[in-house]
Amino acid sequence: MYTTELQKSKPVQSLEDPEKLAAFEARVAADEFIEPKDWMPEAYRRTLTRQISQHAHSEIVGMLPEGNWITRAPSLRRKAILLAKVQDEAGHGLYLYSAAETLGTSRDEMIEALHSGKAKYSTIFNYPTLTWADIGAIGWLVDGAAIMNQVPLQRTSYGPYARAMVRVCKEESFHQRQGYEIMIHLAAGTAEQKRMAQDALNRWWWPSLMMFGPPDADSPNTAQSMRWRIKRDTNDELRQKFVDITVPQAEALGLTVPDPDLRWNEAKGGYDFGDVDWEEFYAVVKGEGPVAKERMKARREAWEKNAWVREAAAAYAEKHRRKAEAA
Amino acid sequence: MKDWPLWEVFVRAKGGMSHRHVGSVHAPDPEIALRHARDTYTRRMEGVSLWVVPSARIVASDPSDDAAMFDPAEDKIYRHPTFYDIPDDVKHI
Repeated sequence: MYTTELQKSKPVQSLEDPEKLAAFEARVAADEFIEPKDWMPEAYRRTLTRQISQHAHSEIVGMLPEGNWITRAPSLRRKAILLAKVQDEAGHGLYLYSAAETLGTSRDEMIEALHSGKAKYSTIFNYPTLTWADIGAIGWLVDGAAIMNQVPLQRTSYGPYARAMVRVCKEESFHQRQGYEIMIHLAAGTAEQKRMAQDALNRWWWPSLMMFGPPDADSPNTAQSMRWRIKRDTNDELRQKFVDITVPQAEALGLTVPDPDLRWNEAKGGYDFGDVDWEEFYAVVKGEGPVAKERMKARREAWEKNAWVREAAAAYAEKHRRKAEAA
Repeated sequence: MKDWPLWEVFVRAKGGMSHRHVGSVHAPDPEIALRHARDTYTRRMEGVSLWVVPSARIVASDPSDDAAMFDPAEDKIYRHPTFYDIPDDVKHI
């Protein structure tokens, strides 16, 4: 799952050694990878730290809407699959936190920023999962959009981030396919099941399109991020690509994409589609999503209620360290 | 809470191959580091053996010394077999 530049920072005037900066830019332009101990401009470090940590937070918060359905999965098969998927999301969060830490921010600081509400995560997780069909729609659409975002990031300029993305992408395809399979079964089921599938598509379609971030015209950092290979495609390019591959998948299910303006455009070889409600997007970014407060409350509770496990593990390690010293 | 120490994780994909670095985990002690490494990096039969090493114990070369460390090999091309001219009709060499 992925989030894209939700927290803007003002472009900073570079106060850095112009020679080092030029050498850095040349390396990045030549598609070389930058590694943790290499020199990098402060703005690159800051932008990446923000992007990777937001991405990590999104994976962690992303466990909540789906974890919500583990106990109510309709069969043992679905339950085992959903458990594995949610466990993967935790793993993805951990790969990404590790990558972000190599830039000099501690795990503790990042978790604290998430829990205090200072850090952002993908807006998509602030929508509720009302029925089982939502689990299908999330896998199909939300993970589908995430894959679209993440595949190009396997070639991002920062080595640890690129390597984390390779692992994530390998695992993500299962997420999308299990979701689509849920939709296939519902769409081919009773009239009521098909209605559930359609309802889930109706609610998740637009938030999924928002996952690619604001339109290019309102995304002032895009040019800089593309030059630094932190981003490899613009928001609008990826959104278009997502619509073009997803609409036929909806048709295969016999479901209707909830957009009256959706039309195939022969000349451009892609779909024209309606305007996204960006006011809603910015409201959700600000924490006004339908279940934003609930998500953060659940996250903080999980952290606090399990504090004793961390404390016990630390005490156990300390006891053994002392024993080893005494021996 | 202060972060637990960081451990680097190495996985042997199958017998006959070396352990390869795959990432890192935080853990208070070696046993928990191994468990975390297993859960984080081997959920899909990625390996048959795991190593965890305290990150603080790794000694690394400094990228700013790259030239001094690695360039001297560049002017010693006679270390490579293709440096030597052998007539075409001489075989198995």
